[in-house]
Parts: sequence; structure tokens; C-alpha cells
Amino acid sequence: MNLNIKYFGLLVEVTQCSEETIVFSKASVSELLNMLFEKYPNLKNKDFQVALNNEIVSKNTLITENELALLPPFSGG
Amino acid sequence: MSRYSRHIVLAEVGQEGQNKLSQAKVLVIGAGGLGCPILQYLAAAGVGTIGIVDFDVVEVSNLQRQILFGTSSLGINKALAAKTRLEDLNPTININAYPEKLTVNNALELFKNYDIIVDGTDNFPTRYLINDTAIMTNKPIVYGAIYKFEGQVSVFNYQNGPSYRCLFPIPPQKGSVANCSEIGVLGVLPGIIGTMQANEVIKIILGFDGVLSGKLLCYNAKTNQTTQLKITKSISEFENALHRKDDYNEISCETQVPEISVEDALQKDHIQFIDIREYDEQPKLDLPNCIHIPLNELDKTLNKVNLKNTNILFCQNGIRSKTAVEILQRHNITNCYSLKGGAVAILEHLKIDVQ
Repeated sequence: MNLNIKYFGLLVEVTQCSEETIVFSKASVSELLNMLFEKYPNLKNKDFQVALNNEIVSKNTLITENELALLPPFSGG
Repeated sequence: MSRYSRHIVLAEVGQEGQNKLSQAKVLVIGAGGLGCPILQYLAAAGVGTIGIVDFDVVEVSNLQRQILFGTSSLGINKALAAKTRLEDLNPTININAYPEKLTVNNALELFKNYDIIVDGTDNFPTRYLINDTAIMTNKPIVYGAIYKFEGQVSVFNYQNGPSYRCLFPIPPQKGSVANCSEIGVLGVLPGIIGTMQANEVIKIILGFDGVLSGKLLCYNAKTNQTTQLKITKSISEFENALHRKDDYNEISCETQVPEISVEDALQKDHIQFIDIREYDEQPKLDLPNCIHIPLNELDKTLNKVNLKNTNILFCQNGIRSKTAVEILQRHNITNCYSLKGGAVAILEHLKIDVQ
């Protein structure tokens, strides 16, 4: 299926894009992340949470929706 | 006309709502980019008691975004300078300035005297300290954080809602966020995010529906896109809040490690520069005797470090490189220094050389 992925904050500097659509057939968030780590090796060193259809989910969640977001913590104030 | 007539005329506020504002006690941690607009609107709205915690002093580079301060405040403690400005804005309220750092030693005592805690800090250890102390004292937190052109806003620990740890359970790994280097921020961004935080504080005080609890609002100043992400409460993260005191430790920036200036480093024999910044950090430096090992890979890449060389480790400004030297020392690699001033100092040196 087609999966739309949004990147926030410093992750945009790693992926060089704020949004992309990828074709994805595997099942869980962690499997998707492994695929993204191959594409963007530096992503592995970053801390972030994953949101599926605008809801923060754990890494073992099954991907049933096609909107995904990768959200790092911000420290600035 | 009274000072608050534009509030009182609103059916949803009225004299009753204005009385709630004047009885409210709000503690704002950090009087910086976020804290300034938060404090300005809370004081103008007539929030009866406002506490301000900040240990830092006003510097000229703050004035691009920290709108409570002017050139006459330079060198003055931010909590005290903010109090002076706010007392002129609204002399009818009580303002308590705490010109100190929020620590495990004073947090509980400070939080006890207030109803709502506002997080306008600029570092992860303090954000976790605020979260955990708010859970212990059962106070809601109005949270805001920024990065370059993007901001996050939420309300935590409000009416049984989720906490900051339910969103981000543990602080980021040291070195994975470039928090020691100056990354820059669009001046108006903390104005927008801080004003959103002030809005949430006022909604909580007035008892409005629609408080931003259980949701993280993400705002992008470049695209004007806002996204709201749902956060689920995790009971175990509330328990963790009670015994994760290590999370408040400063990134080990200030311990004693050998440091060296660019000039002194160049006098040494067999020097090897090691750039420990992330791969995407700018400016890139094209030095002949330089290898690149990001800080969080250093532990696993020790074989790249030649023990016969004098290793000069650098980051952007010379702060993270101290942590890097500590890591090497733990592995008994002692012939290493943290470069004072980091990549910025090297660039300066190269410029002078060219001239």
C-alpha cells in the first residue's frame, strides 16, 4: 500500500524532506522503521515517536492506516 | 472603564471569570523566548499571582525574541528584569521572582504554592524534572517547546490526562540532539508558541472545555501547518516519574576534562582531529588530519582512534567534545583533549591564517 510519512524537526535534516510517500507491504511500525533506517542510516541515532493516523503508537503496532508521522522531542525555549 | 472591561464584557468570562483569574497562581519556569510572551499575557490578563523561575541574565542575543527585555535590562537576572517590566504592565497583581535554577532541591517547595505550572525551559533535564514534580504535587503543566521553525504545545497531567513521559518516556541519548550548539530559532516562533501556552493557562483557569490535554499540537511557522497528535496515558510512566531522578542530571558539560585551544593544539606533534558532531552539522571542516566519528558512535568505533596520536576532539562549540573525551578516558585513551570553542574556533583560526 501507499504510505504517507511526515517528518518533524531535526528529522527533516536527516531525510532531506518533510513528507514522502512510500510503497510498503510489511506489517508493523518496527518493520517499517528498519526499512527507513536502511534508506536513512542517520535516522537510527535519533530519538523520536511514531504517530499512526495522528495517534502516538508503540513500535509493535500494526500499520493499518496510511498516514504516519515521525516526531522527535524538542528542547528549545 | 476598568482594566479588564474587555474580558468582563465577554459572556464566557464575565466578572466571575475575571475573579477566577485574579485568584489564580501560576508558576512560569524560564523567562526566555517562551516565558516572555507567556508572562506578558498572563500579567495583562490579571492572573493574581505569578511566579517566575530563571537563573540566567539578559544578553543582547536574547532581544531578538525575548520581548519583555530591552537594552536597559542587559546583564540583569531575567526573573528580576521580567518582574520589573510586568509590575509596570500590571501593578495590581503579585509577582514573585525566583532568580535561581529549578533543581530537585527547590522544585517541590516552589510547585506547592501554585495551581498551574508552565514549562518554558530550554533543556531536557529540566523538562523531566518539571514533569515528575508536577505529578508528585498533582499540578497541571502547560508545555511548550521549539526547534528552528517548529513548535510543540500540550497540557499534561490535567484532569487525569497523560504526562510528558507518556509522550517521550525517557530523555534523548546524550549527543543525539544537538542541544549544546547554537542552532538558531526564528524570533517570532516562541512568540506564537508562548502565546498558545498563555491561552491554555487562561482556559484552564476559566474552566473552559477544549483544553489541549491528551493531544500534542505541532506548528510549523514556514508552512503554517498545524497537526494534532493524540497521546495515550500510560500508568507506568506516572510510576516512573517517581523514581527516575537520574534524568535530571545535566549533560556532562561541566566536568573537568583536559581542554586545549586551537593554537596550542597545532603546536603538538602527531595530532589527529576527531569531529564528533552529527554528520549533518554545518559547517563542514576540510582538515587534512581529521576523522569523523559522531559522539553516539564513539563507544563502538574506538578502533578508529589511533593511540599513538594526540587526539583533539571537537564539536560545534566545545561542549559535547568534553563528553567525548570522558568516553575515551573511560577506555583508558588518555592522550586526548577537548578543543576549546570547537569548530567555530577552528574556522576563526583559519580565517586569521588566510589574512
